[in-house]
Amino acid sequence: MDLPPITNGFELVYQKPQTLTETPMHYCPGCGHGVVHRVLMEVIDEMGLQDRTIGVAPVGCSVFAYEYMNIDVQEAAHGRASAVATGIKRVLPDRVVFSYQGDGDLAAIGTAETIHTVNRGENILMLFINNGVYGMTGGQMAPTTLLGMKTTTSPYGRETSLAGYPLKITELLAQLPGSYYVTRQAAHTAAAVRKLKKAVQLSLQYQLLNKGTCFIEVVSNCPSGWKMTPTESNKWLEANMFPIYPLGDLKTPAQPMN
Amino acid sequence: MTNKVMPTLDKTEVRLMKGNEALAEAALRAGMQAYFGYPITPQSEVIEYLMAEQPKHKNCVVLQAESEVAAINMVFGASGAGARVMISSSGPGISLMQEGISYMASAQLPCLIVNVQRGGPGLGTIQPSQGDYFQATKGGGHGDYRLIVLAPGSVQEMADFVFEGFRLAEKYRTPALILTDGALGQMMEKVSLPPLGSLPYPDTPWATMGKKPGEKRHIITSLFMQPEEMEEVNMTLQKKYRLIEETEVRYEEFGVDDADVLLVAFGLVARICQKAMQQARARGLKVGLLRPITLFPFPEKRIAELSARVASVLTVEMNAGQMLEDVRLAVEGRCPVHFKGRMGGMIPSPDEVLEAIEAIAEKHNVELQR
Ligand SMILES: Cc1ncc(C[n+]2csc(CCOP(=O)(O)OP(=O)(O)O)c2C)c(N)n1
Ligand code: SF4
Repeated sequence: MDLPPITNGFELVYQKPQTLTETPMHYCPGCGHGVVHRVLMEVIDEMGLQDRTIGVAPVGCSVFAYEYMNIDVQEAAHGRASAVATGIKRVLPDRVVFSYQGDGDLAAIGTAETIHTVNRGENILMLFINNGVYGMTGGQMAPTTLLGMKTTTSPYGRETSLAGYPLKITELLAQLPGSYYVTRQAAHTAAAVRKLKKAVQLSLQYQLLNKGTCFIEVVSNCPSGWKMTPTESNKWLEANMFPIYPLGDLKTPAQPMN
Repeated sequence: MTNKVMPTLDKTEVRLMKGNEALAEAALRAGMQAYFGYPITPQSEVIEYLMAEQPKHKNCVVLQAESEVAAINMVFGASGAGARVMISSSGPGISLMQEGISYMASAQLPCLIVNVQRGGPGLGTIQPSQGDYFQATKGGGHGDYRLIVLAPGSVQEMADFVFEGFRLAEKYRTPALILTDGALGQMMEKVSLPPLGSLPYPDTPWATMGKKPGEKRHIITSLFMQPEEMEEVNMTLQKKYRLIEETEVRYEEFGVDDADVLLVAFGLVARICQKAMQQARARGLKVGLLRPITLFPFPEKRIAELSARVASVLTVEMNAGQMLEDVRLAVEGRCPVHFKGRMGGMIPSPDEVLEAIEAIAEKHNVELQR
């Protein structure tokens, strides 16, 4: 028996943006990476920037971002995404350029590039996915790992005498005159996603106006690395990550830091 | 006699310049679109010169990076975006770039790298050396890759090889490297330069410049997770390197036709050897010289041919014997291969080379005063 399509009589109000490819994402169930990809690509689509945007993927779980993003992408060496983005933006200043990095990539091996890219005020968007661990390599300690948090390289919990403190690199970057807009967002609830989307929109608008570096940290989860279900990981995120990495704007054009 | 195959450039201006400055000026005239670097002796004049001249070349980005690691990755980005890019440094800085160079070789991105060698290992000395031959010609970074390596022997060639380096890098979509040294970088000589715009830009349909509507997106990557795919990429690279070996070998030779002793030396040392050769010939010793201009691809066929005719080969280098290994591989035991080297920033004198030639001549009973 032929059934009429169940969408008959419905209006199409939401669909996959054309800036995302058909390739199924490889991310673990519940992982924030896929959501952030979606938000970013949706904004690029809505702002009509697909033909002039160049992305830079990191080494980390999102190394294959170019499989999903239907735009031109370069895949950088571990930690060097912002240097690669600098190279692109400097020779193609009228294009929109973003880097997309995890916490190991951006705040450990790539710290120097991160700070100097922002300090030069490179006209790019830097997206920073802070999930507190090295997801790709199997859940090792990251610079952003919380104190006491167990990872495969801090099996008894991160302890300061050995491993120092969670690195709040976003606070640090907000101090630099080169950064124009610095914000910390999340992607684990619909409300958080809406705010994140707003931040991405603002960042790209600022980039089109050549305002300087826009930096968005997304405090995210890693269900696999944290050894939790997606739901547990989101609860844990709110209870443990947010107190150390509180959400909100750190620097806006209206409220620049001194 | 010379056997160098170099495209001729229309030279319109003659200047007296330092090697490093001639190289920088040549890069601007070659239409370089971006330079990223970090100061290090003995090549800081390159970035200093470019910074001073940049206002006259609005289409060229010149940026001092926070490190050589950042600089080579900026080169990666700019090259991937279709620009003609150069980077320069010396030993410690070139070592720091190796990961990025390997990535570029794998992603098949062209660029011109300049190594103005200084004595090492370690922080070493700022005096000239050829100690980075292995690093330049055997890969340097991880994985199976090669760079096209050009070895200038004069300030004129410091300029000329910039054009040639860009041209070859772009032709084969691979990084090319100019392997020179602190003495050539610092010495002043007369140099003839072509006008701006002497080197046409290649098409870069692969570059990430924004996905055009209806066209496929461009991806620049060196990640190939499936071993089958990775092997495929390796085979493509190796095919390219074989093609380069077949078509791009360059060398120069002097007095090889009647030579009993064949000198093999590159760069600055080849000039010293030319002097030693003259002195030896004045004493009746039949000495010839082969100067490899491309270190990769190496003129192994020509060395093999000559090694069947000469009584012995003498390789002279400013290192502990690096090119020596390639010479031996080319000679394949057809005649003895001797070595004379100075290290750590010391430059061999023509007299020292002459002494080595005389010792060999005696050893092999090469007739004196013929
Ligand atoms: C030079 C270098 N060192 C180490 C690695 C191995 N490595 C790959 S991804 C990664 C960590 C990624 O963690 P993060 O940036 O936090 O991203 P996530 O996977 O959590 O998204 C490491 C150490 C590498 N690829 N290159
Ligand atoms: S390992 Fe963690 S960060 Fe990586 S895809 Fe899985 S959940 Fe996401």
